[in-house]
Order: sequence, then C-alpha cells, then structure tokens
Amino acid sequence: MITKRIIPCLDVKDGRVVKGVNFEGLKDMADPVEMARWYNQSGADELVFYDITASVEGRTLFTDILRRVASEIFIPLTVGGGIRTLEDFDRVLKCGADKVSVNSGAIANPDIIPAAAQKYGDQCVVLSADIKRVDGRFMLFAKGGRENTGIDALDWLERGVKNGAGELVVNSIDTDGVKNGFDLELLDAVAKRCAVPIIASGGAGCMEDFKTLFLEHPAVDAGLAASIFHTRQVDIRELKQYLRQNGVEMRL
Amino acid sequence: MIAIVDYGVGNLFSLASSLKSLGLETEVTRDADRLRAASRIILPGVGAFGDAMQKLTDTGLVPVIREEAARKPLLGICLGMQLLFEESYEYGHHAGLGLVPGKVCPLADDLADPTLKVPHIGWNAMDIVPGREDDPLFRYVKNGEYVYYVHSYYAKDCAASTLVTSEYSIPVTGAVRSGHVYGTQFHPEKSGDTGLRLLRAFAEL
Repeated sequence: MITKRIIPCLDVKDGRVVKGVNFEGLKDMADPVEMARWYNQSGADELVFYDITASVEGRTLFTDILRRVASEIFIPLTVGGGIRTLEDFDRVLKCGADKVSVNSGAIANPDIIPAAAQKYGDQCVVLSADIKRVDGRFMLFAKGGRENTGIDALDWLERGVKNGAGELVVNSIDTDGVKNGFDLELLDAVAKRCAVPIIASGGAGCMEDFKTLFLEHPAVDAGLAASIFHTRQVDIRELKQYLRQNGVEMRL
Repeated sequence: MIAIVDYGVGNLFSLASSLKSLGLETEVTRDADRLRAASRIILPGVGAFGDAMQKLTDTGLVPVIREEAARKPLLGICLGMQLLFEESYEYGHHAGLGLVPGKVCPLADDLADPTLKVPHIGWNAMDIVPGREDDPLFRYVKNGEYVYYVHSYYAKDCAASTLVTSEYSIPVTGAVRSGHVYGTQFHPEKSGDTGLRLLRAFAEL
C-alpha cells in the first residue's frame, strides 16, 4: 500500500534556512544543501523549499541552491515562495523541482492554477493555504498569514482543486508554532470537500501528534513540519519507525 | 553512453543528474545519430499521452526508437513507459509505440476501493512478480523496497511482461519488460537510493 509521507519544510532566506514561530521572529538555522543531505539520509519522503527572499539577489541564490540540491538528492522536491507566473513555474522546474507550490500568487491571480495545471499537469501544482479561524469560520490569509483575505478557506481550496491543483498544503495559523498537535478539525473539514492528497502543516510538537494525525484522520496523506525536525526535537528516522510500529504504512 | 530522449516533455534535470551521480556518461538528445550511438536509451515523460506521442512523432525519432529497441536496452519511465504500449485511453484513444503488448487505462475506473485518491501519488512497495526475482533489473534491490509514483493512468492486459506491481486496492503495473525493452511506471530518479540502484542495474544490462 501507499505510505504516509513525512515532509520537512525548509524556509530559505538569503541562502540560509530559517523558521519563524507564528510567522514572526525569524531565526537562522542552517545551510540548505547540508540540511537536504541530512534529511535525505534520515528517510524524509519529500522536501519542501520555500523561498522567503524578497530581493533579486536572494532569488538567484535560491535557484542556485535548488539546482545543487536537485543534482544530488533524488527524492521529490516541492518549491514555493514568490510563485506568481508561469515563468516562475518554469524557473524552478528547470532547476529540478518536481512540484510547485502556489499560495499568495494564486490569491492575487487565481488563473495561475488552471494555466499551470494545463501546462505541467495537475500533479505539479500544489495549492498551499494559510488558514485561521475568524468568528468560527475558516478564513484564507495572505502575506505569510498577516492579512485576512475575506475569502472562505474551504471554498477556496475546493475551487483550487476543481481548477487543477493536484495536492493541498493546509497550514493552520492557529496551531503553527504552538507544538500542540495538528489542526485536526480544519483537516477534516478540508478532507470532506477535497479528494486530492492533503498535506497537514502547522502544530506538530512530538511523535504522538503524527500518530494521531495518520491513525485517526486517514484522509490526510502527509505531515509537514519545520522547526521540530530542524532542531531534532523529533528525529525523522525514529518517527517513521515509531509510526510503523503503530500500524502506519511508512517507507523505512 | 546513455541517451535520454529529449522531445519537449517534462523535466530531465533530475534524471540526467541521477545518472551522472552514478558516474554514467549521459546525453540529453533528440539527434537520431546519438540514439544510434548510445549503448542504452531512456524514454522519459510526464503529461498527457496523446500530446506526448504527438511530440515524439514530430521529432521523427519513432522509427529510430523502434529499430534501436531491438538492439539495445531501452527504459521508458512514467509516461515514457506508457508510450511503449499499443494503445491508451487517456482523453480519447491513441496509438502507442507497440513495443510492449497491453493498453493504458484510467486508474480511477478500476480501483476496488473508491475512496483511494487519484492521482496515485507517493511511495509504494514494489511487489516483484513471483518468478521474476532474477531479472537483472533487480540485481541491487530487494522485493518490497519503496518507489515513488505519480500517475492517473496505468498499464493493463500486460501480465506476460509485468515484472513489478504495487498494491493500490488492485495490483498496479509498476515495471514491465519485453525483450530489451523495460518500463517503470514509478520514477527511479525520484525513488532515493532504491531508484539509483535500479538505474545502476539498467546501466549494467
């Protein structure tokens, strides 16, 4: 059977891996190529790279890093951050990305989803959304989680799938950085409306959080996290062994 | 030299890099003479069958690939494997290269468990077909190792050439062989160390 996937996420700024807590107070972590090697050896099923650079120099540095990672690490690579146009898709795909994640770019221009799906295939287009509860409703946030778009997040994701998104990254702002477990209520709500693979993001603090996610919410396909893996608070190899012992299909 | 057929479908960076990382001389080409000079040919591909077959036909390489496939090892990967078959029912009906008997059909129509998602994306275990364990493609891998799949269509009516299946409520065709012609539905160039070992075995066929 197909396995559940464990995905470390590397936020890259000016050539270094950083990870914020609740999206603020960025802290320098490590060299992205070194970290990619480490994660590949640890059994990560996939890697996600987010380019959170604003400058042109930073962007060039990012594509150089991507090319270096893709020339020595042969597991699926997803790239996001600053993807607004088909040219952006092209730029990162040529450097070895397999999937491209759109977030704010799709909010600014929703047509990017069907255009990219038609050109590169649904499997290439990952729709990533930052979601927060506002007055009891799941709302879509933009600008790294700082701005409420006023769009209902579940409607947004459903429409994205209809338009060709092949996978969803569901990032809960409410649980991100809190390390108290994934936002299971949100994930269930998304799974009810969307039939494509769902990657849960935001809130993992320990191995049990992944066990609960996969055993009790079988519609979720993958768990994504950053700082708990970067700081080795959770070791991916141990996590995967633990999950398999608990009956979750894992690649070991 | 291993020639990777460049016909404008998909991203060849990882495939070329994975072969280079094994120390194998690799060329990405659409030149008929380079395919003839190669010791092995890889036919990659992502996207839709009809469009890819049209692009391959437009390069004029189809007769060259047919001739060379009789002489040297050829490996089709993902959509490149599907193109090896006689026909496909992806958005209509299209003829393939006909190098392997069988047809390509929508996975969603045949799944025994309708709650499973299509595309079939992710890592799945290789179940080597009993009696096929000694195929030289498996020289460096064991039964049950995991490989990475991304696809919505799959090959069927090809039992005689099937080397590997992976369980997705039905046995999904994972690898095939007919003479010198091999195909993998999964992506060896994205299947970590297992994939590299499969590529190394292909290079030594």
